[in-house]
Amino acid sequence: MENSVLVRDLVKRFGTFTAVDHVSFETQPGEVFGFLGPNGSGKSTTIRILCGLLHPTSGRAEVAGLDVVRSSEQIRRQIGYMSQKFSLYNDLTVIENLRFYGGLYNVVGGELDERIRWALAMAGLSGREHSLTGTLSGGWKQRLALGCAVLHRPRIIFLDEPTSGVDPVSRRRFWELIQELSAEGVTVFVTTHYMDEAEYCNRLALIFRGRLVALGTPTELKLNSVKGEILMIEASPLGQALEVVKTADGVRDAAVFGNALHVVVANADAAMTAVRTALDSRGIQIKRMGRIRPSLEDAFVALTSDGATRTAPSRADARTKSSCH
Amino acid sequence: MDSRSSDIEVRDLSKSFGDLIAVDHLSFSVHRGEIFGLVGPDGAGKTTTMRMLAGILAPESGAITVAGCDVIADPEAVKSRISYMPQRFGLYEDLTVDENIRFYADLFGVARKAREEKAAPLLTACGMSQFRTRLAGNLSGGMKQKLGLVCALIHTPRVLLLDEPTNGVDPVSRREFWGMLYSLLGQGVTILNSTAYLDEAERCHRLALLHNGRLLFCDEPENLKARLPGAVLSIVTSEGRRLRTELRHAPGVTGTVLVGDAIHIFVDDGARRLKEIRGRLDADHIDYAEIAEVPPTIEDVFVSATAEPEAA
Amino acid sequence: MSLNRLSAITRKEIIQIRRDPRSLLIVFLMPAMLMALMGYGISLDQKNVPVCVFDREGSQQSQDLLKHFQASIYFNVVMVNDDYASLVRAIDRGKCSLGLVIPNDFSEQLRNGGEVDVQGIVDATDDNTANLIFGYGEAVVAGYSNDVQLQYLSSNGFATMNAPVSVQSRTWFNEDLDSSNFIVPGVVVLVMAVIGTFLTSLTVAREWERGTMEQLVSTPVTPLEVTIGKLIPYFALGFIDTIFCEAIAVFWFQVPFRGAFVMMFLASALFLAVVLLLGYWISAATKSQLAASQFSLVLTFLPAFLLSGFAFPIDQMPIAVQAITYLTPARYYLTLVKAIFLKGTGVAPLMPQMFALTLFATIVGRMALRSFRKVLE
Repeated sequence: MENSVLVRDLVKRFGTFTAVDHVSFETQPGEVFGFLGPNGSGKSTTIRILCGLLHPTSGRAEVAGLDVVRSSEQIRRQIGYMSQKFSLYNDLTVIENLRFYGGLYNVVGGELDERIRWALAMAGLSGREHSLTGTLSGGWKQRLALGCAVLHRPRIIFLDEPTSGVDPVSRRRFWELIQELSAEGVTVFVTTHYMDEAEYCNRLALIFRGRLVALGTPTELKLNSVKGEILMIEASPLGQALEVVKTADGVRDAAVFGNALHVVVANADAAMTAVRTALDSRGIQIKRMGRIRPSLEDAFVALTSDGATRTAPSRADARTKSSCH
Repeated sequence: MDSRSSDIEVRDLSKSFGDLIAVDHLSFSVHRGEIFGLVGPDGAGKTTTMRMLAGILAPESGAITVAGCDVIADPEAVKSRISYMPQRFGLYEDLTVDENIRFYADLFGVARKAREEKAAPLLTACGMSQFRTRLAGNLSGGMKQKLGLVCALIHTPRVLLLDEPTNGVDPVSRREFWGMLYSLLGQGVTILNSTAYLDEAERCHRLALLHNGRLLFCDEPENLKARLPGAVLSIVTSEGRRLRTELRHAPGVTGTVLVGDAIHIFVDDGARRLKEIRGRLDADHIDYAEIAEVPPTIEDVFVSATAEPEAA
Repeated sequence: MSLNRLSAITRKEIIQIRRDPRSLLIVFLMPAMLMALMGYGISLDQKNVPVCVFDREGSQQSQDLLKHFQASIYFNVVMVNDDYASLVRAIDRGKCSLGLVIPNDFSEQLRNGGEVDVQGIVDATDDNTANLIFGYGEAVVAGYSNDVQLQYLSSNGFATMNAPVSVQSRTWFNEDLDSSNFIVPGVVVLVMAVIGTFLTSLTVAREWERGTMEQLVSTPVTPLEVTIGKLIPYFALGFIDTIFCEAIAVFWFQVPFRGAFVMMFLASALFLAVVLLLGYWISAATKSQLAASQFSLVLTFLPAFLLSGFAFPIDQMPIAVQAITYLTPARYYLTLVKAIFLKGTGVAPLMPQMFALTLFATIVGRMALRSFRKVLE
């Protein structure tokens, strides 16, 4: 199929360290597909394999119907890629960067001029073509990098942590741009470690320590991952409330989320009574309590804390961590 | 600011790097024993501010008092009373967990027995007891940050300066990290942490929003949300994009944003616009699951405070 | 200053050095390699210079002359040519460095008491070698001439006469005139100069680059504690290296050691202090491992090689350059090393050099301390 990604049993090892561990999924054309997971979980490695920058150890991957190993050059011509560090040249101006990337992808002449105009407008940089890229702050650079990645109108684009280190306003704006692109039929494959952003995706793959732990729409994941129900409790003082709630009847897990507690319980009604009693007996005031739909973070925690965390932590992808913007 | 004693006082702090003004006449204070959040995007001045508070970067002008010490006059004096965790992992990857802890304990003059007594429960709390002989470089991202916190706490600092400590860390480790921070509250440790995660911002007692080196707001999260002009309506619908285009310029609407499977509408008057928009949705037979006024989040506050004028 | 903090720094450095295979390679492999390369590679003697001969006469006397050449340790007759052209060809091809042409009336001229010219052709592409060959050659011929004269005198009835003036030359300290005795100590100095500085040039820069320094400077540790703490293990390593190199010199290259161990210890300690502090200064000032390693190589190797008296004698240099050599610590250490090894000199005559090194150590140490500051920027 023209614009989709197919991955079957993909494995990538670096020495004894398995970065990608038998990952399989498929994207639908025109969807925003998110790869969600913390640093070191294998997201960047997977994207690099899909872009033909790394060879897999085993398994199969196809982009736009082409095999990533055999046809990597062809693939590169048809995709757009935005790397984690934006890969813009800080000592070139905005328009010089655009022209450079246009040239790399063989976009020339009138077409290039038109695309550059579009990119500038999209990024909000019209009138600032001659500013040095190094002087732009995070959000501007990010949009410029996106512009550079899509000058050649690719049908599939790969964005590796595009919102890392960017302010929330710019982040939102960026996601709107992604959604606009997707509305035009472009398949967007994006990785992120921000749980709240993952909600912007049509479908999500949760990845942890190289393994795919869940796949589905954000709603599906939220509903199906947590065994039991989730209560939200606003109480004060929060730290003490946490200690008390953890030991209450019927409570499976409790943690601070935002300025409240998210509590995983077997049965909401029974648990609410138990919790109320426990907190009242300690004189802790409850401001609000109620059943809530689990958030993606709740889902992720539920999926990854079933004994997996305690036994054998993975060797860190130290390169990724220490390059946190 | 008020009668509670403050462990950190920043007055008119400024710092530039060449033409770039990183911190612009910043003033705020942090009370004893509170968790104070410094929120803002990259380039807002958070890291620069933290470095100045830690005494490892000289400000251009202004005054800083941390734990009772004048940091500008004598930066070295403050260092024995604080712990600083930089944004980039600052421990030694070629030393084991134990060796790193011992190193930092020695630097702060913690005797061996005291060190052992403190380290064991801390390591248990973050699930790292069986990794004491592992090289720090072989730990996962979340574990590295937790180790950083253990080393920071080994000498019982009065003030903890954490620069984006949970960035990119998996959710479970993040929660454990915050669990440890909360347990410090009872011990009178003052915590200043910077974060790009707005849900973490909600956890802080008080919050300062930084943008381009300037302070936008400084208050409790609840007050900040209460101060947000107007209200936020949430419509759970599958036609978010369409609605967005249609409602963008509707009367009383100051902004719209897609959030997951819903669309958030910023309006001037919650009750009134809710009725209007509901009526409009029904009239146009637009499919929606629910429409309600929702409490704003910190992100909403930030967005409304820093929004750049959008292209029409 | 807190001893606890200082020993914490030292302990950490030792652990890191132990776990880094590269630094161990530098400490042991590099000196051995450099000593081998330069100890064998550089030799100022010429022994067994290959000689080819075109003997036009082929008489008893001409053979006698050739035997003198053959008997000398400096020469080795490798080829006898039948004509002039082939002799020249042999020299061109490098088969010999000295060509001798003996005229066809050699013995006749000798008998007649006349002067005989023997033509010597030297391959002078290497100027220094050529001069040496000439010198040796002339010595051999002079020896032969002397023999001929004595023979003539005695066959004519005179009692053997001693040469009116003879120079009783005694070479002190290096009787064999073995140039390796002269070169190898210099190599020790060169190796220690380069390695000493290299060892420490990376340590501070590496911490800045890895980000660990940012956390370290936020603690109460003082610059003095960090400096001394980091230098202690490298000092120990440097000492091990020095002893290692000296052992190679003595046991492998057979350089005699006539001095006192205490003297060597003191001299090496002073020099090590200078080179280690230099490396540390470079590291603290550049904060970049790449820049630090380049600087350290340039600032140690070239001066130690060119200006210390190792390759070129200082008193042959132009005055301006001689002045510069006073700024090269390697110069003083070389003097000390050669004196202690070959002459067995005691403390008193070497005070100026010791003092110079102490002065250097103080100045460089001061600069190093000042350049390590507990601030970013």
